[in-house]
Amino acid sequence: MIMLTWLLRRDLLLAIRRKSDVLTTLFFFVIMVSLFPLGVGPEPQLLKAMGPGVLWVAALLASMLSLGRLFAADYADGTLEQMLLCPESLALIVLAKAAIHWLASELPLVLMAPLLGLQFGLSGDALWVLTLSLLLGTPVLSLVGAIGASLTLGLRGGGVLVSLLVLPLYIPVLIFGAGAVDASTSGLGAGGHLSILGALLVLALLATPKAVAAALRISLE
Amino acid sequence: MSKINLYKFASPATFYGLAGQMIPGFAILSAILFAIGLYISFFVAPTDAQQGEAYRIIFIHVPAAWMSMFIYVVMAVYAGVGLAFNTRLSAMMAQALAPTGALFAFIALFTGSFWGKPMWGTWWVWDARLTSQLILFFLYIGFISLQSAIDDPRRADRAGALIALVGVINVPIIYFSVKWWNTLHQGASISLTKAPSMAHTMLAGMLIMAIACWTYTIAVALSRVRLIILERERHSTWVSELLEDIK
Amino acid sequence: MNWGSFSAFLHMGGYAFYVWSSFGLSFLLLALELLLLSGRRRTLLKRLGQIQRLNASRGSK
Repeated sequence: MIMLTWLLRRDLLLAIRRKSDVLTTLFFFVIMVSLFPLGVGPEPQLLKAMGPGVLWVAALLASMLSLGRLFAADYADGTLEQMLLCPESLALIVLAKAAIHWLASELPLVLMAPLLGLQFGLSGDALWVLTLSLLLGTPVLSLVGAIGASLTLGLRGGGVLVSLLVLPLYIPVLIFGAGAVDASTSGLGAGGHLSILGALLVLALLATPKAVAAALRISLE
Repeated sequence: MSKINLYKFASPATFYGLAGQMIPGFAILSAILFAIGLYISFFVAPTDAQQGEAYRIIFIHVPAAWMSMFIYVVMAVYAGVGLAFNTRLSAMMAQALAPTGALFAFIALFTGSFWGKPMWGTWWVWDARLTSQLILFFLYIGFISLQSAIDDPRRADRAGALIALVGVINVPIIYFSVKWWNTLHQGASISLTKAPSMAHTMLAGMLIMAIACWTYTIAVALSRVRLIILERERHSTWVSELLEDIK
Repeated sequence: MNWGSFSAFLHMGGYAFYVWSSFGLSFLLLALELLLLSGRRRTLLKRLGQIQRLNASRGSK
């Protein structure tokens, strides 16, 4: 328990000190979102229809880019090996690290999304559902992404390889996340989609830390 | 067959010989089944009323799709066994199956595309089955890429096994969500799964082609695993002796 | 028999391009896989043979 509180505080402190990491992810998100209207034209109806999907895909990609930072620093200076050796359950340690990573890298995206949604002409309700869906979905992205990050520790071509491994696994979250906003704009109500997102979150919280722990042991052996 | 016999074949050295004996049989069986299957596909199965002759593509599309999914599951099972019991041979079998599985996934994709074009007018249809097939193809590529990126064979085995298991658990989730996504956006009008109402001959044709693909896969995977065994065990005496014999 | 003549068979009711491309490319790829596999076997055996001869001549083993 002491170990975990220490870990949470340490990671949070590191994240605060390395503000640039957080900000680069955020700016990537913003730029990515801005590229789409430039690519398809400014027609409001089209953008309104595309908006949720674009925002979700951008969040996906930004989140994936930030995965490299999850374990890299600790792996480089040997702290990760120490974590493997300590008596605290590795799965819990992973959960703690993923939590702080989400807080630092993905929460800003969630908070930024409504503003960007306005650029796509999304209404108040849609913006609310969008934020909620991202709030539920981005932790899943962090957790599932951690599997990819832990399997590819120290490998060449790491970033692209992680994307290849992790993007297919992200697809259900994308479908239900963007689908939630579509459902709410079309009047069907986002309840179903959001519930499924919630279920995916619970599943991820229960299942992924163990998988990541196993992957870490495999990579560090 | 006593337990001891089975465990003997878990040794790569013994399995090498066994696999070598099994390959010709499966290869011949595969050739025969393909011949029969193709005969049924073209000469026995009647012309479809709505789709004309183009529907015959299902005789390669559906078996390939079935195979790509089946091989992935078998691969994941081998991976899981290898991870649980720390047997090298299981991991090698998973590695041997992957390229063939990816190939069948690719065949399913482009034959689906070639079937869709005359039927629906477009080269790609975002229906649930084809989209899931595409994602399965990505899962295969991920597995193969991860293994080739890792130099240490044991780490490669186990990392690959983990991603294969994660993948196989996710496949139902992915399939369900893609299906939901598809019906929500398109309505059920366009679907490549709407094959013509199955005449018995059509089903027979698909099944025989599927089994043909399966025996082909076994022959190819066994050949490939023999190569993997040779590569990995090259420092051992039995390989040196084998090379002497081949000279 | 489904076909009136061999040319009718080739014609596939107008869908010749799609049907023959599908089957053709599929079997081509399967054949390619077999070819690549046998090529890999040949290279591997050659390389292993070379290594073995090298080791033997060095007297190390």
